[in-house]
Amino acid sequence: MDLLGIVDYLVGFAIMAGIYAVFALGLNVHWGFTGLFNIGIAGFFALGAYTAALLTTSSPDAAQFEDFAFAGNWSNLPLLDWGVDAWYVMGLAAAALCCGLVALPVGYVTLRLRDDYLAIATLGIAETVRLVFLNEKWLANGSKGLYRIPEFLGDVVSPGAYDYLYLPVVLVVLAVVFVAVQTAVRSPWGRVLRAIREDETAAAASGKDVFRFKLQAFVLGAMIMGVGGALFAHHVRFLAPITFDPLLATFVIWAMLMVGGSGNNWGAVLGAFVVWGIWSGTQFLPGPLGEPSFRLFMIGVLIVSVIVLRPGGMLGEERRTARGAPQAQAVGEG
Amino acid sequence: MLVALLAGLLPFVKMSLVVNGLVLASIIGLGAIGLTLIYGILNMANVAHGDYMTLGAYVALFFAGTLIPALGAEGGGIGPFTFGYPLLVAMPLSIAAVAAFAVAVDRLIYRRLRERGVNVVLVSMASLGVAIALRGLVQLIWSGDVQRLPRESREVWRLPMDVRVPPDSLFIAVVAIALVAATYLVLSRTKMGKAMRATADNPDLALVSGISTQRVIQWTWVMGAALAATAGVLLAVFQANIIPIMGWKFLIPLFAAVILGGVGSPYGALAGALIIGVTMEVSTQWINPSYKPAAAFALMLLVLLMRPRGLFGPRQ
Amino acid sequence: MALLEASEVVAGYGETEVLHGVSVVVDEGEVVTIIGPNGCGKSTLMKAVVGLVRVRSGGVAFRGAPIEGLPPERIVRTGLCYVPQTNNVFPSLTIRENLEMGAFVREGDYRTRMDEMFALFPDLTRQPNRRAGSLSGGQRQMLAIARALMLDPVLLLLDEPSAGLAPAMVSTVFERIREVNRAGVAVLLVEQNAWEALRMSDRGYLLVAGESRLEAAGRELLDDPDVARLYLGGRAT
Repeated sequence: MDLLGIVDYLVGFAIMAGIYAVFALGLNVHWGFTGLFNIGIAGFFALGAYTAALLTTSSPDAAQFEDFAFAGNWSNLPLLDWGVDAWYVMGLAAAALCCGLVALPVGYVTLRLRDDYLAIATLGIAETVRLVFLNEKWLANGSKGLYRIPEFLGDVVSPGAYDYLYLPVVLVVLAVVFVAVQTAVRSPWGRVLRAIREDETAAAASGKDVFRFKLQAFVLGAMIMGVGGALFAHHVRFLAPITFDPLLATFVIWAMLMVGGSGNNWGAVLGAFVVWGIWSGTQFLPGPLGEPSFRLFMIGVLIVSVIVLRPGGMLGEERRTARGAPQAQAVGEG
Repeated sequence: MLVALLAGLLPFVKMSLVVNGLVLASIIGLGAIGLTLIYGILNMANVAHGDYMTLGAYVALFFAGTLIPALGAEGGGIGPFTFGYPLLVAMPLSIAAVAAFAVAVDRLIYRRLRERGVNVVLVSMASLGVAIALRGLVQLIWSGDVQRLPRESREVWRLPMDVRVPPDSLFIAVVAIALVAATYLVLSRTKMGKAMRATADNPDLALVSGISTQRVIQWTWVMGAALAATAGVLLAVFQANIIPIMGWKFLIPLFAAVILGGVGSPYGALAGALIIGVTMEVSTQWINPSYKPAAAFALMLLVLLMRPRGLFGPRQ
Repeated sequence: MALLEASEVVAGYGETEVLHGVSVVVDEGEVVTIIGPNGCGKSTLMKAVVGLVRVRSGGVAFRGAPIEGLPPERIVRTGLCYVPQTNNVFPSLTIRENLEMGAFVREGDYRTRMDEMFALFPDLTRQPNRRAGSLSGGQRQMLAIARALMLDPVLLLLDEPSAGLAPAMVSTVFERIREVNRAGVAVLLVEQNAWEALRMSDRGYLLVAGESRLEAAGRELLDDPDVARLYLGGRAT
């Protein structure tokens, strides 16, 4: 492989890792800071990606798409022609909004109940979203999938150079999400979330409306995942229900957060790059070691090992000692 | 009220769908009883339960489809059923294998977490890791392709009211009823069964009564995994194929049945399974059959909205 | 030698320490009552003794052997049984099954003992197959005590057996406790209903804010004007 090929590969790698980092941050809001057990990330992943894609993809050509009858085709609307791709940003926002709108009622029903009911609910969302995009051919062309999703800025650059244009976009969005999440969890709101995760009864006893905080965190995390999905749609530019297999759309993200260190935003980002590096690197392994099944097995083993052997992951939870409160001492206890 | 509503709909429903639903329900029931026992006694949502079913199906496939034919014991069919004697031999072996696996996983992983006193959701989280690893293992050994149990017959029974059932359905129902009865006897007649119910009721009181929680948990895994393995084999017979993701996909109806029946209640899980199974099949009369899991999910959300502790759980 | 000797016990939940060094002694055949205001750590002390709450420092000796740090299921085998204040029966099990669970670690036949329990608590005999969850508060308390007695303990720990009971039921429960004690079982009692409890106690302890303040004979504690004013609330029953 020549040097340019290696750089090409690395840029492609960084885009995917950056997109996964957005998901890991979303999951961090759910699990790391609030203790919400979401095993259906794939649902928000798909919903975000399809929303952005459907709104920006141009109207279908009847010859190509026999069933497909709907597309927003925002990109061709002259209304927001400001020289930059405003529609792209609108797509991201719409993806976030859609995910939030799905998370809200499901969270409303389940978050009052046992913690782990949410796991089943998210699993149900993921399966329902998948079934809708698979069966409603008029909406998303069914199993054949959506293609020709527009590039960022339309066709300003040649397809070969698109990755170089798109990497900065992903990194900027990642930075914005990172700063937003970091600010949120360091605010009083974030402290309440952690208090709920540590001891729900105590948080409720001190007058916090636990349910409302949980619901807000669930919706926020889901919206971040929607943004991740939209970023993904404009990167791969082809979506089909099979793209959102639980392995690559849920399990890998869990591995990323657990490895990096749940409860730590730097850890979430680091975990995304490390695990995606391991994932992409191992495909070059010889024989059965490079097989997807083996890698699936290893992802599971990785998650269990982190939980059993090193619950804090690589970076561990950020311990921020409030002034005067000797919180750090508590770690040694118990 | 829901039951009355369902009963009212009955005349408008195709009987064959109801019959199919009952067969599906008996499979869901076996899985859900184990899941709810684990839920009640260990206080964890065993996300790997579906994959224990998958493992059960594959182990049975290994014995019935590979090992026994390789040994030269040509089983041949049993009456009208699609499967032959090898499956009857394979089933108990599969049950034993999955039960041993579940106990080993508990020793190796969950017990350490319990002893560390971690949050129960983290234990459920670990079971997600187990689910993923187990599916990877199954794919590694048996590949990700669709597999089939050896098929000996293609008979279909025609019953009144336009009901057509494959004879296998009868087998599935009989096995399920027998196992449910056995579970009932274990839980109500044996000392360990009563200790399991006691631990589910009140873990601290069980401890100070001298009940060894460790042993109770071990037997809970044995029972839960045995029921799951059976459910997996029956599911393989029911849908006539085996794929690695079959168990994961089955989690939604399983948990829906558990939640409907009230977490920790085996009888509730059984009733929940009947409602979910019949709803899933009958819903296909009006909606696209591939939305069956979504129907189960929607019903679960509806019940949670109205009765958060399940249809049969304690009111409060 | 004392039957139970808890010395300088420090224990608590999570980061909060509830007991800061409590010492309590129970001799064979005694009834000992611990009184004190709400939240002073009475129940925590009980739980620390039976192993439900970890003893962080200090020691608990039963019949001369240290038991702190043992799991509860081992501790009950030594002859020390405990009745929690709330949730002290298995609600979905029948009366008979509850008693059977009380005898879980008993080798051999427990039926004779069960018959003895039915004789001691006649309220339970009428419907032995009734679910414990459907019993009245008083019946439930009887069942809880009977369950704990199934192992034939030498020491019974009772956490507020009269809490939430109707006045008539309270005296019945205390009457039963006296009968149990007459059969030779030592009783360590935590009570809100301090008058009644101290009257039948050999000795009493006053526990305040996780520390033992006073130890005296039951009658003496009752007669102590400060104790009466501060902790017995002057409500004679």
